[in-house]
Amino acid sequence: MYVAAIFLPLLGAVIAGLFGRRIGDRASMYVTSGLLCVSAVLGAIILYEVGFAKTGPQEPIRLFTWMASGDLSVDWALRFDTLAAVMVVVVALVSAVVHVYSIGYMGHDPHKPRFFAYLSLFTFSMLMLVTAENFAQMFFGWEGVGLCSYLLIGFWYKRESANAAAIKAFLVNRIGDFGFALGIFAVFAIFGSLDFSTVLPAARELPGKEITTVGGYVIDGQTALDWTCILLFIGAMGKSAQILLHTWLPDAMEGPTPVSALIHAATMVTAGVFMVCRLSPMFEFAPLALATVVTVGALTAFFAATVGLVQNDIKRVIAYSTCSQLGYMFFAAGIGAYPVAMFHLMTHAFFKALLFLGAGSVIHGMSDEQDMRRMGGLWRKMQTTYILMWIGSLALAGVGIPFVFGFAGFYSKDLILEAAFGAHTGLGLFAFWMGIAAAIMTAFYSWRLIIMTFHGESRAPAEVQAHVHESPMVMLAPLFVLAFGSVFAGAIAVAWFAGHDWSGFWGDSIYMRENGAILDAAHHVPAWVKVLPVVAGLAGIGLAYALYMLRPAWPKALAKRLRGLYYFLLHKWYFDELYDRLFVRPAMIVGRGLWQKGDGGTIDRFGPDGAAVATRGGSRLAALLQTGYVYHYAFAVLIGAFGFVSLFVFGLWG
Amino acid sequence: METWPLLSIVTFAPLVGALLILVMVRGDREATDRNARWLALWASLATFLISLLIWINFETGTADFQFVEKVAWFSFPGGYTLSYHMGVDGISMMFVLLSTLLTPLCILCSWEIKSRVREFMAAFLVLETFMVGTFCALDLVTFYVFFEGVLLPMFLIIGVWGGDRRVYSAFKFFLYTLLGSVLMLVAVMAMYFLSKSAGQGTTDIVELLRFARETGFSPEAQKWLWLAFFASFAVKLPMWPVHTWLPDAHVEAPTAGSVILAGVLLKMGGYGFLRFSLPMFPDASVYFAPLVYTLSIVAIIYTSLVALAQEDMKKLIAYSSVAHMGFVTLGIFAATVQFSAGSLPDNLLGEQAVTGAMFQMLSHGIVSAALFLCVGVVYDRLHTRRIDRYGGLVHRMPRYAAVFMVFTLASVGLPGTSGFIGEFLVLFGVFQVNVWAAALAATGVILGAAYMLWLYRRIIFGELVKPDLMRMKDLHPREVAIFAPLVILVLWMGIWPEPFLDVFDASVKNLLTSFKAGACRVNEACFAAR
Repeated sequence: MYVAAIFLPLLGAVIAGLFGRRIGDRASMYVTSGLLCVSAVLGAIILYEVGFAKTGPQEPIRLFTWMASGDLSVDWALRFDTLAAVMVVVVALVSAVVHVYSIGYMGHDPHKPRFFAYLSLFTFSMLMLVTAENFAQMFFGWEGVGLCSYLLIGFWYKRESANAAAIKAFLVNRIGDFGFALGIFAVFAIFGSLDFSTVLPAARELPGKEITTVGGYVIDGQTALDWTCILLFIGAMGKSAQILLHTWLPDAMEGPTPVSALIHAATMVTAGVFMVCRLSPMFEFAPLALATVVTVGALTAFFAATVGLVQNDIKRVIAYSTCSQLGYMFFAAGIGAYPVAMFHLMTHAFFKALLFLGAGSVIHGMSDEQDMRRMGGLWRKMQTTYILMWIGSLALAGVGIPFVFGFAGFYSKDLILEAAFGAHTGLGLFAFWMGIAAAIMTAFYSWRLIIMTFHGESRAPAEVQAHVHESPMVMLAPLFVLAFGSVFAGAIAVAWFAGHDWSGFWGDSIYMRENGAILDAAHHVPAWVKVLPVVAGLAGIGLAYALYMLRPAWPKALAKRLRGLYYFLLHKWYFDELYDRLFVRPAMIVGRGLWQKGDGGTIDRFGPDGAAVATRGGSRLAALLQTGYVYHYAFAVLIGAFGFVSLFVFGLWG
Repeated sequence: METWPLLSIVTFAPLVGALLILVMVRGDREATDRNARWLALWASLATFLISLLIWINFETGTADFQFVEKVAWFSFPGGYTLSYHMGVDGISMMFVLLSTLLTPLCILCSWEIKSRVREFMAAFLVLETFMVGTFCALDLVTFYVFFEGVLLPMFLIIGVWGGDRRVYSAFKFFLYTLLGSVLMLVAVMAMYFLSKSAGQGTTDIVELLRFARETGFSPEAQKWLWLAFFASFAVKLPMWPVHTWLPDAHVEAPTAGSVILAGVLLKMGGYGFLRFSLPMFPDASVYFAPLVYTLSIVAIIYTSLVALAQEDMKKLIAYSSVAHMGFVTLGIFAATVQFSAGSLPDNLLGEQAVTGAMFQMLSHGIVSAALFLCVGVVYDRLHTRRIDRYGGLVHRMPRYAAVFMVFTLASVGLPGTSGFIGEFLVLFGVFQVNVWAAALAATGVILGAAYMLWLYRRIIFGELVKPDLMRMKDLHPREVAIFAPLVILVLWMGIWPEPFLDVFDASVKNLLTSFKAGACRVNEACFAAR
């Protein structure tokens, strides 16, 4: 059952991918979606057995040896602890929901089997990633999801922008993977193994050690561990679109919307957070790495929220929101509150997928319009979607009544902020205030989105307006599942994930120093810290209401007044432009230069061409070749060779 | 089975086929062409089957040469005996298979060749004999004959059936390889005399390996010999900066020529390093390791950047080959660079790197061959290699797009494909001996993804707007038959590479132990430590 949960999606992908044309669109869709639903049910059973009943497999399930050379040996193996099981459920559930939704959303697309094959293949890769028992298999899943992301972003391959975005996503992720790969090598250099069950328990010994050799260098254990973790974290930054390596995520919105929901919101982009949690026994003993994680996470949470304020593409707003929320998860992990990070990862998967699929419903109803400036007034025609978007936004903004009940994000986001405050470190406080600022902005852009999309006068062309329609049930039903999660997941799961008995739930899969003191600290912060996030959320909502509902002229005036800031945000802090100037164009120029000036102008000029010109014989030689005497010449070489051999054999020297 | 001279059969069966074609095939033009094709195909398939038999019977646990045949050939005055000595070990086994696998595929992809079919097929079979012979030969003289003999049919294939600038290319190819061959020949002779002065003069590779292990060439002699062999192998591989013949040769060669060039011929350089440079000149290998490392890293970064700027498909893939071969040399010399860093390790690292280098050669042999075949498919239809003449092919050729995607991904080293195992093991092993070399080389993996995915996008994706592309037909059954085994191999080697790694294992271990013994003998500190 455990193995089946992971491999059923692969089966679906193979069936739809290889035989999709033979069995037809319908069969491909139903087979992949059906298998995914089975997988999700199995995932739920697995979580029950592993997390609650404690009857899951104690040892990793080994399939067969992947590669072995010298002292390196890597198996294909599946590890099922609570951490993995939680991820399996989240991934399989959201994926199943997205599969079903896509039956409706991709209804008019001519390449359905291909789409569903990619989706299922992605799910398989993601499941391999989260159940990996060693670094190499994790890397397999890691690059596998990257591949599927590439294929799905570029799914509409006619569009130039989609192709560009796909390549960009792959390359930026490759830069992260570069760090990840080096980190893996470093892990082996330090620990002599790539298996989690060997490496993770050994990490705590390292800081005490005086000397360890890594790649010919002799350094102390603490430095080695810190840098290894930082290298691994670079991989996480790429996959989870953290600041500096975030530029691919907004562009990834070129892909079909179900893809954005599944890959670029709920699952793949959270892989980095998962990785840090999976490696918590290492990160806990690497303070420098943890500080890096907090800083990057807090900066991303803030930066992405500012950009989200001014974007006009409905999907890009949500994309930047994702980026920002991932920042929250990271700084939660960075201050050592891994269960809280995982908690937010789980709730976020529900409400962000809901928001994306809701946006997809809007886009579907609006004949593929994504620009919010050409929307408005939709709430009458799409009432279900409207309500669902409200639920998603309320969950995202973390609205709730402290100590009573709240939407999913209320529990997880507040816990993150409380933990950051409770850490009582400079960085923790920095993260806390960054998080509060981001929380205001989050609420603001969420309601800006709702108001621009659903309220006011419609700004769409007449023919689009005429076609606006609510989405079919096959698209709405999956949203109800997600909406249920967005409302209740936080309240239900908070006790398991981050309650006092957190270790009973997580078992050995997450390690926290001082037996999780950070969680207690989070629960015992002053009341104002608990209330502030909610206040921040409400403030953001109020501000958006004031600016876009009551005084619709103000935002434009404000943008005009603060033109510099506005453009700075609109152009996403000019990261793309900067990278283009710094890396993309120079690489092309250097490449061309090396080719023409290096290969042609130098090596050939002073090498073979030069030799040809320099000797008169060169031209004759060329002439010989030209007239077809190449045979003769080649024979001459051979005969010459034999001559040489004979000469020495027959005793010139002998 | 033991008594059958399987290696001789597998080496010379193609030659027999070639002779049959030249002698037997007669009649009108059409019949000649048809019979020549079929005969060549059957001959190469039979050869492949025999080589499979060898693989099945190959024992993985030992580093000894297997299927050995040895007969004294000529006895010369002066006490020199030239013997016909054949055998394979873990290092050469898979290269034999690679050669015998690619040849029938090449014959299949040349099915439509119009001019001088008989000669073409014969040339190809002769080429196969020389390739297989190179990997099986256990005597320096026969090795040299095979090694250089390969050039002869290759010249013909480029020069006769090549493109418009074939003369320039053949000439360049010739100049480079001439330089290497002459030096290597001198080195071969020198080795005879040096071994003679220390006992019995021999050109037998097994004898020389034993000599190197037990006595060893003097450090000074090693340096010269190493350089002479290096000249030949570096050109073959090719290493930067003696790589500029490769793009030109590829561009002008017919598809099958490119396939063999990239698939097998380049590997002869790597094979040479492993067979000769490392075990026979261990001290020189340590001495020159920094040079090799510098050249390899330059190759990886430089040629990857150059590949980005290419407008010709074949040139792009040719440059990517140079970059991939950079990983191979990095891996091969990982153990030696560990020594040259000055530290004298008690445990010899680099096993993964050498294994990875071997695997990378094998994988690149299949992947780059397949990529050139992919270029051939569209070249056959449109007769241009210019990337900007294509675009949007996926609309007309979905099967082709899928196949091309598999090989593109293997080329960028995606886990689950053969390309990953090779690059991963090389970088893994290199990291253990030199962090910075691994980090610099790993940038090649990023650049590799850039140029390959961009190539793919420009050819396959986008709108189909160019009128002459509208008539493009998808892969026909013969082409499917060519690609299917390659796709299966790429995935098999990526997901379950153990059967291949097993073949290398014992020989790589043995190579490194004897290398260490040799390097230690001249390295005083190491010697003292023992």
